Amino acid sequence: MSMNFESFNNFEIDVLREIGNIGAGNAATALAKMLNKKVDMEIPKVKIMEFKEVNEMLGGAEQPVVGIFLKMTGDLTGSILLILESGAARTLVDILMGKNDCDNKCTFDEIEMSALKELGNILAGSYISSLSTLTGLNIMPSVPDIAVDMAGAIISVPAIEFGKLGDSVLYIETAFIQGDTRVLGDFFLVPDMDSYEVLLRALGVIN
Amino acid sequence: MDNIIKVGMADMQVARHPAMLTTLGLGSCVGIALFDRTTGIVGLAHCMLPDSSQSKNVTNIAKFVDTALEALVERMVGLGANRGKIIAKLAGGAQMFNFSQSTDLMRIGFRNVTAAKQKLEQLKIPLVSEDTGGNYGRTIVLDSATGILQVKTIGYGVKEI
Repeated sequence: MSMNFESFNNFEIDVLREIGNIGAGNAATALAKMLNKKVDMEIPKVKIMEFKEVNEMLGGAEQPVVGIFLKMTGDLTGSILLILESGAARTLVDILMGKNDCDNKCTFDEIEMSALKELGNILAGSYISSLSTLTGLNIMPSVPDIAVDMAGAIISVPAIEFGKLGDSVLYIETAFIQGDTRVLGDFFLVPDMDSYEVLLRALGVIN
Repeated sequence: MDNIIKVGMADMQVARHPAMLTTLGLGSCVGIALFDRTTGIVGLAHCMLPDSSQSKNVTNIAKFVDTALEALVERMVGLGANRGKIIAKLAGGAQMFNFSQSTDLMRIGFRNVTAAKQKLEQLKIPLVSEDTGGNYGRTIVLDSATGILQVKTIGYGVKEI
């Protein structure tokens, strides 16, 4: 089955937005519990972007970002990647660890990396569990792995998977708001090639 | 430095002296830099996948190592490059995330680099240097005056190959 995001109709985009909405909603709730603070979110945007434009996202391909990556197994196989701009990740870690010295460092020590990994685990985990509830599919997340590096290099991981199918990437942009801080997160949901049909069928998009 | 031409993801460009070619944030993708010293003609491709024959969708030839490399050489020759004088340098092909189960997705960087080496050999283009593998991203700049490929990273320094 070939997949072409450019030809997705409004209904299919709506379905994906709804997945993003519910997933991000759950993620925001989980984040609020973890931070013990009120967390709001904006309505997620479904974005479809050609490879040549990918370099412009997240403030440029060389911008340091935090990528948290999990594999999905079960009825649906594939991977999920959450990208946080490194400044935003810094803010989250500082809130989480009760620090106030926001010196905008884009490097993280071992404990901070571990905290970020846990954060990603909870965000991606709640995302996967809502996808699982919505579709009735049994989906299990793996232990997450984390990388802090150039945006382009991190996005190349899901982009390559999308590249096997077409010439664009599809992702869901979510903004979390905590107090005066707005944190942008991008979710890349990358089902394996055979899993697209499973996913769209489970959602009733195709018969 | 206003003569820098950007090469995007799944993209390729050729240029002549004094232009520079650059591609930003190479991860598991491989950057293939070609240089002909005799004419100062350079080519740079940012490829995502090793082999076009494995894909049903080959609308963008720059996406695949095999088709991009062939086309890149042709375009350089079209600009006046001397086919027998072209040399190659490689960068990228990292594994950004580590997982115990090494699936295809995880090994894609290594496969991209291997495919590039095989194709270079087939085209009889000597590979003079490389900075590949590892688990970090790279930005590369190819200088048409010297053929030097500058590799920049976050936390792993800058080098010239």
